[in-house]
Order: sequence, then C-alpha cells, then structure tokens
Amino acid sequence: MSLIKHKLTQFLLILICAYLLFEFGIPALSYYLTGTAAPVPAHLLWAIYMPAVTLVSLLFVSANEASWNEFRTPVINLLVNRESIGVVLLRLAILILLPVLAGAITFFQLQSTVSAPASLRSIHPADPGTITVNGEQIVLQGLSNPYRHEGQVAQEVLAEGHELYIQNCMFCHGDGLDGNGMFADGLNPRPANFTDPGTIAQLSESYVLWRVAKGGPGLPAEGKPWNSAMPAWEDQLTVDEMWKVIAYLYEGAGPNIFPAERAIEEE
Amino acid sequence: MRSRFRLNSRTVTMGIVLGLILSLVTVGWAFAQEGGPPSYRQFPIIGSRVAIWIFAQVHLMFAAFMLGVPMFAVVVEYVGMRSGEKRYDNLAREFTKLIMVAASITATLGAVFTFLLFTLYPNYMSRLADVFLPTMIAYPLLFFGEIFSLYFYWYSWDRLDTPQGKPWHLFIGIMLNVFGTILMFVANAWLTFSISPQSGGAALYDVSGNFTGTLWQAVNNATWWPINIHRVIANVAFGGAVVGMYSAMRFLNAKNDNERAHYDWMGYVGNFIAVLGLLPLPFAGYWLGREIYGFNQQMGVTMMGGFLSWLWIIQAMLIAIIFLSANYYLWIGMGRIEGGERYTGYIKWLLVTLTLGVLVWATPHNPVVTASEQAQIGGAFHPLLGVLGVMSAKNTAVNIMILTTFLSFIFYRRAGKGEPVPFKMHGPTAQVVILIVVAICLVLAGSPTVYVFAEGLFGDPSRLIRVGLTAMHGLIIVAAAVLTFMNRGKLGQWLILASAAFVVVFFGVYGYYVSAIVRIGFSIYQVLAVLTALISVMGIDVFLFKDAPNLGVIRWGKMPARSQYILILLAVTFTWLMGLMGYARNAIRQHWHIYQVMQDTSIDAFSPTLGFAARVISVCVLLFMALVAFVFWIGDLGHKEEVESPIPEVAPRAAAAPVPAGAVAASTAVVEANPASAAGVSAK
Repeated sequence: MSLIKHKLTQFLLILICAYLLFEFGIPALSYYLTGTAAPVPAHLLWAIYMPAVTLVSLLFVSANEASWNEFRTPVINLLVNRESIGVVLLRLAILILLPVLAGAITFFQLQSTVSAPASLRSIHPADPGTITVNGEQIVLQGLSNPYRHEGQVAQEVLAEGHELYIQNCMFCHGDGLDGNGMFADGLNPRPANFTDPGTIAQLSESYVLWRVAKGGPGLPAEGKPWNSAMPAWEDQLTVDEMWKVIAYLYEGAGPNIFPAERAIEEE
Repeated sequence: MRSRFRLNSRTVTMGIVLGLILSLVTVGWAFAQEGGPPSYRQFPIIGSRVAIWIFAQVHLMFAAFMLGVPMFAVVVEYVGMRSGEKRYDNLAREFTKLIMVAASITATLGAVFTFLLFTLYPNYMSRLADVFLPTMIAYPLLFFGEIFSLYFYWYSWDRLDTPQGKPWHLFIGIMLNVFGTILMFVANAWLTFSISPQSGGAALYDVSGNFTGTLWQAVNNATWWPINIHRVIANVAFGGAVVGMYSAMRFLNAKNDNERAHYDWMGYVGNFIAVLGLLPLPFAGYWLGREIYGFNQQMGVTMMGGFLSWLWIIQAMLIAIIFLSANYYLWIGMGRIEGGERYTGYIKWLLVTLTLGVLVWATPHNPVVTASEQAQIGGAFHPLLGVLGVMSAKNTAVNIMILTTFLSFIFYRRAGKGEPVPFKMHGPTAQVVILIVVAICLVLAGSPTVYVFAEGLFGDPSRLIRVGLTAMHGLIIVAAAVLTFMNRGKLGQWLILASAAFVVVFFGVYGYYVSAIVRIGFSIYQVLAVLTALISVMGIDVFLFKDAPNLGVIRWGKMPARSQYILILLAVTFTWLMGLMGYARNAIRQHWHIYQVMQDTSIDAFSPTLGFAARVISVCVLLFMALVAFVFWIGDLGHKEEVESPIPEVAPRAAAAPVPAGAVAASTAVVEANPASAAGVSAK
C-alpha cells in the first residue's frame, strides 16, 4: 500500500492541510474578498478549529474496523516494538521531546507580555431598562421612536437628523455611516459601522437611544474594558434631537437597515 | 421476565409524597404566623443558590428520564403487540424496569429541592404560592396519579399479557404518560412565570407589584408553551440516550454473545430514539429563543448578545459532539451488517459535510482576540469569519447537519438490502400512502407562502423567490413520488435531499443581502424544506425497500467497544447540555426572582461566570451519573434471567448470496433477517 493511502498518513495530512488552510488560506481569502488579510485568531484556531478537525480525523480513520486497524498498527508498533532499533530510538526521542515541548508551551504561555489583554467585552450588553436623561426618566422597554409612524419618518425630521449627525457624529462614524470617520483610526474600539447588519439593525431604537444618551461612560461592567470613546450626548443634545438622529441613522445606513422591533412586530 | 420489585420501594415513594404534602401544609401554616420568615436563609458551605442549583438540576435530569422513557416504552410495547414479536414487549419491559428505581430517586430529589426552596427562599416561594397555590396542591395529587400508573403499569404486565389485556395495559401506559406530561406542564408554569410574568402581551403585575391576572394567565405565560414543547421532545431524546448508555454498559460487561447481541440491539434502539428526538429539537429551541426575545428585548439581548452569548458557542460544541457521535455510531453499525460495506465510501463525504457544519456552528461572531489580533483583523469582528457568527449561517449549518444525519440513517437502513423490487408489487396501498405523504409535505411546505400571496407577490423580490423555491421543492417531491412509481425511487430520494439542501443553502446566503425582517422569515422555509424532505424520503423508503432481497444478516453483538463508549459519550453530552441550558434559562433572569417584579436581594444576586457555571454543571452531571449507575445496579439485583436475543421467529428471506457459516459467530449469536424490523419503531 502506498504511504499516501495509509490511514495514519491521511490522518496527519488532514491535520497539516487544515492548519495550512486556517493559517494561510483564510487570510488570503479574507484579503481577496474584503481587502483585509485578517488572520484566524489564535484562540479560535487552537481552542476550536484544530481540536474539531482532530476529532473529526479520528472519526474518519476509525469509522470501520479495517481502517482503524490500519491506523493503529504503526502507533502500537511504535509503543511496544523492541526489535527494531530505529523504532526504539524514535520512541525514546518522542518520549523525551513531548514533555520538553509541553514545558516550552507552558513556559511561553505563562510569560508576562507587554501586550494588552484580550478584549472580551460584551458587544451588546443589555440595557438597564430605565434611564434618566436630563432629569426625565425614560422606560426603554417597549419605547418606540415618536417620529416613526407606521415605519415611516417625515422628510423634515430626517433632514434635521442628518444635520445633527453631520455636526456631532460624522467625525467618528463617518459621512458614510460606516465607522470610518476621521478619528476612527485612533479609537479602540472603533466607532460602530451602522451599515453593518450586525449593529443597529439588530437593535431597537430605544436601545440606540440609551447608547447615544449615555455613551461609553454609561456602559455596564460587561461592556468593559476598553470603554467606548462615545461621548454621553445627553450633555449636548435633547432627547428630541437624539430621536431625530436615530431616525436618520436607520434611513441613511442603507435599504436593509431597519430597527429590530419592526422585524418582531411584522412577524 | 417477571416483576421482581418489592413492596418497600413503593412504601418509600408513598412516604416521600406524603411528606411533600405535609411539608406544603406545614409551610403554609408557617407563613400564616405573625412576624413572617426571613427573606433568605443560608445553606452552609456551598451557599443557597448552588444548593438549589444542584438539587434542581439533578432532579430535572431524573425527571426528564422518568418522563421520556415511558413515551417510547409504550410505543415499543405497541409495536410488539402489532407485530406479535415478543422481543419488543420484553424491550419495553426492560425500559420500564429502569424507571422503576429511578422514580424513588426522582421523588426524593424533588422533595429535597422543594424543602430547600421553601426554607432558603421563603419570600420568593410565598410570592409564587400567592399566584399558584391551587397548582401546588394539584401537583402532589398528579404525582400520585403518575406513581400509581407507573406501579400499575409494571406490576400488571404479566397479568395483562393476553390478547384482551394488552390494550388495557397500553392504556395504563398512556395514562402514565398523560400524568407525567401534565405534571411537567404544571411545574413548567412556575418556572416560566418567573422568567416571563406576562400573558398575551399583558403584564400580570401592576406598578405596585400586585398580581392582577388570573391563574390561567399566570400558567399560560409567554414562554410556557415553548418550554413545554421543548421539554417533551428533549425528554424523549434524553431518555433514549440514557437507555443507550445503560445498554452500552451492559454490553461491555456481557458474559456471552447472546447478552452482547441483546444489548447491542437495545443500544441501537436507544440511539435511534435519541436521534429521532434530537432532529426537531433545534427548531423547538429557536422558537423558545424567539419568544424570549419577543417578550423582552433586554432579556433577549442578554441571552444572545450579552454575557451569555459565549454560552451558545459551548452549546454549539456539545451539539456538534452529539451529531458527530450519533452519525459515527451509525457508520460503525454498518460494519455489523453484511452488505453495509457498499456504503462506507459515502462516509467521508458525510463527515466532510458534518465537519463544515461543526466549524460554522462553532465560529463566534466576536472571537476572543488579543489587542494585536484585534488590530490585525480591523475590529472586534473578523471580516470573513464574522459572517459565520450570525443566525443565518447557524440556521444553515444545523439544517445541513440534520439532513446529513438523516442520510446516514437512510444508508444504515438499506445497508443489508439489495435492489428494490418493482413498485407495483407493493400494491395500490403503497401508492395511496405515498400520495398522502406527498400531500402532507406540500401543505407543510406551502403553508408560509399563503402569507406571501396575501402580502402581494411582486412587492419585494424576496417574495417571488420564496414562492418560487417552495414551488420547486414541492414539484421535486411530486416528481420523486412519480419516479418511485416508475421504479426509480432512489433517484427521487436523492432529488428531494438535494432540493432541500439547495433551499437551505440558498436562503442562508441570500439572508445576508436582505433586511433582518426578511431574513428572520427565511428560517421558516429552511426548516420546512428539511422537515418535508425527512417525511417524504422516509415515506418513500419504507415502501421502496420493502421485500427487497437481503444481502446478508445483521450480526448483532459484533460491535467494537468504542461504539459503546460513543453511546456513553452521547448520554453524558446530552446530560451536560441539559445542565447548560438550565443555567441559561435561569441566568437570563439575572438579579430577579420574578423578572422585573421581584428582585433578588440575597447575597447571591450576581451572575456567576460561565467557568463557575461549568463547574457546577459538571458536579450535577457527575452526581446524576453516579445515581444512574446506582439505579442500573439496583435494577439488576436479584434473579438473573437469560436475555433473549433479538432473533426473529421466522427464517430469513432468501439472500442474494449465501452467508458463509463462519460469518455467524455462534448459534446463539443474534442474526436478523430483516434489518428494518430490528431498526426501531419507526420502520413499522
């Protein structure tokens, strides 16, 4: 039987090819499709993808008895063979190198580094239910934009919202509402991209009101660390003005961006 | 097999139930005293919340087992009655034996759980009792009904084992299920009310915190039915998994080929039931999630986008293990069927499909990244992999995995069979049944398009696409039926599966290009495409391979040990998953006993980390497994009978090739002429 067709070889080849795909193929594809050669994060690669591929590879080689015996034979031979000096030396080498490798991995993982810790903040923390803006208590549950009637907003309201956006929000969120304002590159986290279906399209307008009014300082503990640089606009805008800006955000972000509560109502 | 349980287990259970009633009365009297109880009491060492958590969770695990097993025990007994094959009746009795001992443990754990609730959280229980007191009185009475039904079902087995008595015995089994299900529905009302104290969109408390609704409104709250449906299906799946684990342990300890064969068959049936329950479970879960989101966005955001979002990645990995394990068991199982080697070439493609599904499922929307990685990927979301972290991709992946698992089962069913006989040999009944199945599928698949027509077909391109794809899928189902009548049934089945896969993937990709409102609706079409594919392919398969020549035999008992460890892994994974979902369901209430009505002001009023929750869940699973091992051991004490092999009474039908004498291990080894008749209840 050729070496390539041997089950142990196939098992190892699957692991190697999977690693190469994740390590090089995904960034290349990412660059081709999005312009950013984004690597697969280490945690995702080593804690999820590679263990899953390893498990699946083991299932592949053990799905029937003939295949499983073929896979196991060289492994067992490596562990118990005493006649072949080559196998014995290889076994010794592995038994020495494996603990050394484990020790090295542990050493490098425990080493302190100067890099910032992982950003594990909750992207969409739950709202507090009730907020107080400029002395007025606002219950967020069930609250809808007073300027939206049957899903529509008047043109003059949108125009006012647009103007407020340009005066206050454009510098970070960009004139295209895509999070690429002139200050965006200096901020961590970056300003939200409203044209992304994963941001305001997933949220109700009352939620967005909370975020606009309270900004980064108003984030709950689960939304930290790396507090958002978003100002608390309650100091500069009235609630009325905030509703108008929010109405403009949904209108200006694109034809497929709607408030989430409309999706639930219309189901 | 004769009933062997003694009187004292009944006495113990009766004592526990009486104690429960007495405690309710005592506690009620205590509440009536002046001065009132403190708001909270502390449980030593582990704290009140963890104590409640452990007892509630382990009780729920046993309760799921107690409720799930009778459902399929009664069905298996019915199959035995209709087929006249004693082995099915014996199998049903063996299932019931398992829950006889488990009943006492379930009741004990429930009693302790109740004692702890009333003593450690007296104000919370008082608040619940204000609303639900009639149901709390009805609960132990229903429990009497369930226990009496269970004992009646078990102890009357031999006496009613006659042609006239068996239907009555089945009736008792049905009543056992009825009592058990109602019992669960009553308890579900208490816990779902704590999550969603709202019915029909109306809040049940006024601003002063006074209850303003009716008992029925409190019971029929926003999340009651989704939890009911989810738990009924999950109980069946869980019960099957635990039965599979029992069979695996007996297989590994078997002393002869006969025992191995019997428990191999029992394990197969358990796994079949677990997978049967597993397939519709994601849809029930999605419905529950949708209702939670509809009830309260804050709760929904906490669950899906907030601190619990990573819990769903853990869930995804567990479900991936379940899907892979279930498929792997079927693939190894094909090794015991002569003729099954024809399908081993498909395994790698099934595995590739499942792997892609697993990788999509396990990809989070916001991965764990360091600051430097975050700079490299340009933000919190990976520009390419991030698109796999949203519901459109997850729905697509799980539906494809369901189709793949079903395909594995179809290959297993036909592993030992030759080519189908001409369809006309099955008579007109077969044609009528298939046409009825097709009609049902067309109604199911077409039902959501009614709303599209009502809205207007041409207002939005996605409407035309929805109707068009539904029509395509429906036409393919009809074409498959026609092909079946023309002796091209296998081609028809492949067309249906390909069509369903196309619909699922198409809507999954298209969902990225439409608004959320439209995308949410696509999941319905994906689900219906898969469901109708399962129903129609199975309906065709039942007749397609009926009377087909057997290529060989099923060598029950000829399974490698690792297949049994897979069954054990399945049960452990199901159990852990149950624990995880229990944590999710309670954690979304955060610092509320009754959501936004009664706040938790105890010292445990904080959300534990996922890591801590994982440790508690693991303790619960270990406790459950230890107690279940005890249940299994107790159930085997006493007189040991010879187990019967699942050999049918009749001789095998003529095979295409003679079976070598050496291929059958021993005269007492199990041979099965017709894999379908041993392939579980749905084959009939």
